[in-house]
Amino acid sequence: MGFFTDTSVCIGCKACEVACKEWNQVPEDGLLFTAESYDNTGGLGADTWRHVAFIEQDRPLRVGDGEHGDGFRWLMSSDVCKHCTHAACLDVCPTGAIIRTELGTVVVQEDVCNGCGYCVPACPFGVLDKREIEDDGRVWKCTLCYDRTRDGLTPACAQACPTESIQYGPLDELRERAGARLDKVVDGFAGARLYGEDPNDGVGGFGAFFLLLDEPEVYGLPPNPVDTTRDLPGMWRSAAVAAGALALGVAACLLGGRR
Amino acid sequence: MTGRPTEGYYGRPIIKPPVWKDEIAWYLFTGGLAGGSSALGLAARVTGNRALARSATFTAAAALTASPVLLVKDLGRPERFVNMLRVVKPSSPMNVGSWILTAAGTAAGAAAACEATDVLPRVRALSQGVAGLLGPALATYTAVLISDTAVPVWHEARNELPLVFASGAAASAGAAAVILTPTDAAGPARRMMLAGAVGEIAATTVMERRLGDLGEPYHRGEAGALARAAKAATAVGAALGAVAGRRRFAGRLAAGLVLGGAVAERFAVFRAGFQSAEDPRYVVMSQRSPR
Repeated sequence: MGFFTDTSVCIGCKACEVACKEWNQVPEDGLLFTAESYDNTGGLGADTWRHVAFIEQDRPLRVGDGEHGDGFRWLMSSDVCKHCTHAACLDVCPTGAIIRTELGTVVVQEDVCNGCGYCVPACPFGVLDKREIEDDGRVWKCTLCYDRTRDGLTPACAQACPTESIQYGPLDELRERAGARLDKVVDGFAGARLYGEDPNDGVGGFGAFFLLLDEPEVYGLPPNPVDTTRDLPGMWRSAAVAAGALALGVAACLLGGRR
Repeated sequence: MTGRPTEGYYGRPIIKPPVWKDEIAWYLFTGGLAGGSSALGLAARVTGNRALARSATFTAAAALTASPVLLVKDLGRPERFVNMLRVVKPSSPMNVGSWILTAAGTAAGAAAACEATDVLPRVRALSQGVAGLLGPALATYTAVLISDTAVPVWHEARNELPLVFASGAAASAGAAAVILTPTDAAGPARRMMLAGAVGEIAATTVMERRLGDLGEPYHRGEAGALARAAKAATAVGAALGAVAGRRRFAGRLAAGLVLGGAVAERFAVFRAGFQSAEDPRYVVMSQRSPR
């Protein structure tokens, strides 16, 4: 199970942010004036599990609008944990606090996490972060409303979304729906594309994928995210070579006598 | 790169910079010092250099006492440090490292206790053997740990970082032993310090070159200053060590410089990771234009 976020119908109302905070009792993390359009949470973090991005561009929204429009478009997109098929955070977690649920989602067990912080730089999307307030010290992120979804309910954000920009369901069904939607908008919206729907990408496909209207970077997303542990065997090989060199070097230093 | 919206979303980072504090940079140093010293202690014992074996074993034990303290202090929930050992998880270098550190720390502590009290020679031999064999793993797994992240300057240096850390470990363990061992028994330590220092400079230079544009953090800001200071201290220390020979004061001054260089190099690597993660350009660069 997962999310399909269709940003072409997002209206930037932030009902998802609010519903997420309320249902999951996520602490307040500052209502800031960032001077970045209507964004006042900045990005995902320990206390922001849905983040609506606002991008203002000097180009028309629809292909052909330039002729009579004012050449300005506003992109809005509700970002969330991607619940990767190959999740780096889960792989590197040293305590086993991060698990894969029976629904295929990725969840941090708050009673196990010891706040080592390894998952924070391991995530290719910068989703996880340490909660520094209230002396918490643990890492938090979207649970895909595990306490709702395991009882067959829809996650709070998807439930609250007034335009069905956020859709929840079985991934193959969502992919089909996303493909059909892309076919509809691709001619009208310049730069429309699916992001994270391909099970053969660097993270094995996202459990929460998107229809974007521009390059991923524009939304603060990585263009080709990779699960870092994919390269782990090679890293251990390099370390073994270096460790062997160190052992041999020490032995060689002892051969030349004690003075 | 041209034409790409590389500035990203209001210039905000795409990935999160690490949340680790300076304790972790210090641990990169103490872990290397402990690993190198354990290996040196075992080798000295096998070749019958008792004075060197003693000083190296004590250094390893001291560094392995400091290491877990530094690591636990950095946890968000220090009282839960033992959760590191509730699973055996090969996919997590930090979990593997916790097991290595636990085993090496126990062995080095036992070896130092036997060495200090001069009792239980068999326990001493066994614990020195275990600690010495785990030493090289202890000194290099931290390179795997930091390269197994999405931080471009660490992940893309995954083939070179272990050599940087291994040579740095040799340099620091050799230098510590030069300071703590009677001069007439410190020959192997001097050679190890010199070889380690030369290796460290060579390995970091190769790493920075191969990183190309992604290696920019090593030439800019705090990481750049630390990297330059590390190279200077290590090079001067090695040169001075080479001419000082068995002279007491000059030899120890050289060792101090090499130790300082090793600390600075770990901090340079540590800070470079933050600088690399904070600038979205590096993430885009590493994913849009494969090297």
